[in-house]
Amino acid sequence: MSAADIVTARPRRVYSSQSIVTRIVIYGLLVFFAIIYLVPVIVMVMTSLKPLDEVTGGNMFALPKSPSFASWIRAWGEAAIGVSDTAGISGYFMNSIKMVVPAVLISTLLGALNGYVLTKWRFPGHKLVFGMMLFACFIPFQSVIIPMAVILGLLGQIGNHLIDATGFSFGFGNPTVNLVLCHVVYGLGFTTLFFRNYYEAFPTELVKAAMIDGASFFQIFRRVLLPNSTPIIIVTVIYQFTNIWNDFLFGSTFAAGDQSPMTVALNNLVNTSTGVVEYNVNMAAAIIAAAPTLFVYVVAGRYFVRGLMAGAVKG
Amino acid sequence: MAFLEIKGLRKRYGALEVLKGIDLTLDKGGFLVLIGPSGCGKSTLLGTIAGLESISAGEICIEGQQINDLHPSKRDIAMVFQSYALYPNMTVAENMAFGMEMRGVSKPEREKAVAEVAKTLQLEHLLKRRPSQLSGGQRQRVAMGRALVREPRVFLFDEPLSNLDAKLRVDMRVEIKRLHQRTGATIVYVTHDQIEAMTLATRIAVLKDGELQQVGTPYEVYNTPANLFVADFMGSPSMNLLEGKVSRSNGTASVVIERAGTVPIAFPVPTSANVETLSEGARVIFGIRPEAVSDLESADGKSKSIMTFTSQVEIVEPAGSDTFVVTSIAGKEVTARMRADSDIRVGQSQVFALNLDKAVLFDPATTHRI
Repeated sequence: MSAADIVTARPRRVYSSQSIVTRIVIYGLLVFFAIIYLVPVIVMVMTSLKPLDEVTGGNMFALPKSPSFASWIRAWGEAAIGVSDTAGISGYFMNSIKMVVPAVLISTLLGALNGYVLTKWRFPGHKLVFGMMLFACFIPFQSVIIPMAVILGLLGQIGNHLIDATGFSFGFGNPTVNLVLCHVVYGLGFTTLFFRNYYEAFPTELVKAAMIDGASFFQIFRRVLLPNSTPIIIVTVIYQFTNIWNDFLFGSTFAAGDQSPMTVALNNLVNTSTGVVEYNVNMAAAIIAAAPTLFVYVVAGRYFVRGLMAGAVKG
Repeated sequence: MAFLEIKGLRKRYGALEVLKGIDLTLDKGGFLVLIGPSGCGKSTLLGTIAGLESISAGEICIEGQQINDLHPSKRDIAMVFQSYALYPNMTVAENMAFGMEMRGVSKPEREKAVAEVAKTLQLEHLLKRRPSQLSGGQRQRVAMGRALVREPRVFLFDEPLSNLDAKLRVDMRVEIKRLHQRTGATIVYVTHDQIEAMTLATRIAVLKDGELQQVGTPYEVYNTPANLFVADFMGSPSMNLLEGKVSRSNGTASVVIERAGTVPIAFPVPTSANVETLSEGARVIFGIRPEAVSDLESADGKSKSIMTFTSQVEIVEPAGSDTFVVTSIAGKEVTARMRADSDIRVGQSQVFALNLDKAVLFDPATTHRI
């Protein structure tokens, strides 16, 4: 090859006809499946923006003629939920928030503490303890309902005694507190598993260095372990938030009426047996119910990716 | 009384005993290097001094105070880890101040101490950075700074240079030596690199299989190794070890090394050995360092007994500063150190000069030096 050849031989992207076909197939499939996944969301959003006569009379895929948030407002503040006096889902939404925030925080923190002890402060039988916690991940919701009901009943009695004695229940017997307890206990197996596996790879020399530096058990946990656990904290929070927010079984079993979480209220709204079925209001309520988990994914997911990247780039 | 004293230290993991009765002492300002092959227990020994490992029997004292059961933070020690163990979430300054913070030292005092040490170690421009933004050598210096800033009674170094590249390792070695000379700190240092041990130590303790083989100054350990293991382990290239037999005649004893097909070599018994203990015909191992084997011109002029033999050159290894020549006696390889510019070729017959002042004898049965 002469020098002139080298100069003219610029790198150029050449697509053969075969590779073009491949690309069309790949992108075509991607677009196809994206549409399939998006159709329900699109229908939900469009339906929620239509008045009821347009929903019942028109095509499900037709764009709303004059989009309005009236059914969103109705779902939030006015719609009848089951036989309850409370109007709209706003109260239940707040019930869910009051349940999910403490439940996620407590179960994540306890999981981190368990993981820390199971990897850095090993004791005889630590494998057995971890094995049993792992086993907790495989216990189905349904099988813990009756034992849980017994325990919650006991706590309720304690609450009643406390009210008799002091005039205040200290949270014993409160449905939201009960649900927090259920979700913390049930979630502990998962959060422990996440953190134990993360801390297993965490350099023990850091813990030793902190010990020599004079840090106590909890100081090491708070100052050394936790600040370096962002990725696994995010993973755990996403997982726990989604699970607890979307839980229906515990919510419908252990909380009633005005104290129900969002998922139960949504069910009561949609399954109403009186009057006309307001599809647009149902759709709006469903979107509102799904919004928090979506929000957590969008916000925390970015930190999650960033956390992973920080470890990957380091030499 | 010694500053650091270890008496009858034993460490067992179940049935496995990894430290089998260690006795060691170190004076204030001393630099003790623990050296040995992998798995000899040197890092475990350091861990027991730090308090990160419990002990099964024995006693560890600093300044006469028994510290066996004290928590690591109460022992007034600082440790530099092989992986540096810098807290990734803290800046360099926070890393260095963490120990003082945990001990409740006030913020202005912490900052003052950190600033002083940072100046000594030339870390001032790095104080605001995080460990992930530092190079290996910088991390190493921060790890040392974190230990220095607390002014502990004893510094523990666990193979601190083994994660650095060769050039940086030599630089850091010099820096550690300078630091020791300037601060007069008492240091216990674990390494498997015998050059680090020789250059840094005031005392070397050689370990093997959880037992002390020899404790002494670098000179003693190098020149009068207590047994075959120490002789072989210390020094690079390692000591030449040849099997021979004692022959006594006319009141003088000599070591005879048989050579197949040619005349045996006979050496007078080296001055380091106790002649009285040697009986006629006893088997011995004759040890001599490569630098005590050379050509005639470069043999040590001050030596009281030089002995020559002729042998064929098998391998020539130019190392820049010296040239190592390998020949063989009685089927055993013997390495000699020649001047770098000596004109030696493979296959030629060469006269080698042995400096018998530097030679030692070992008993093959007990492996101890005679």
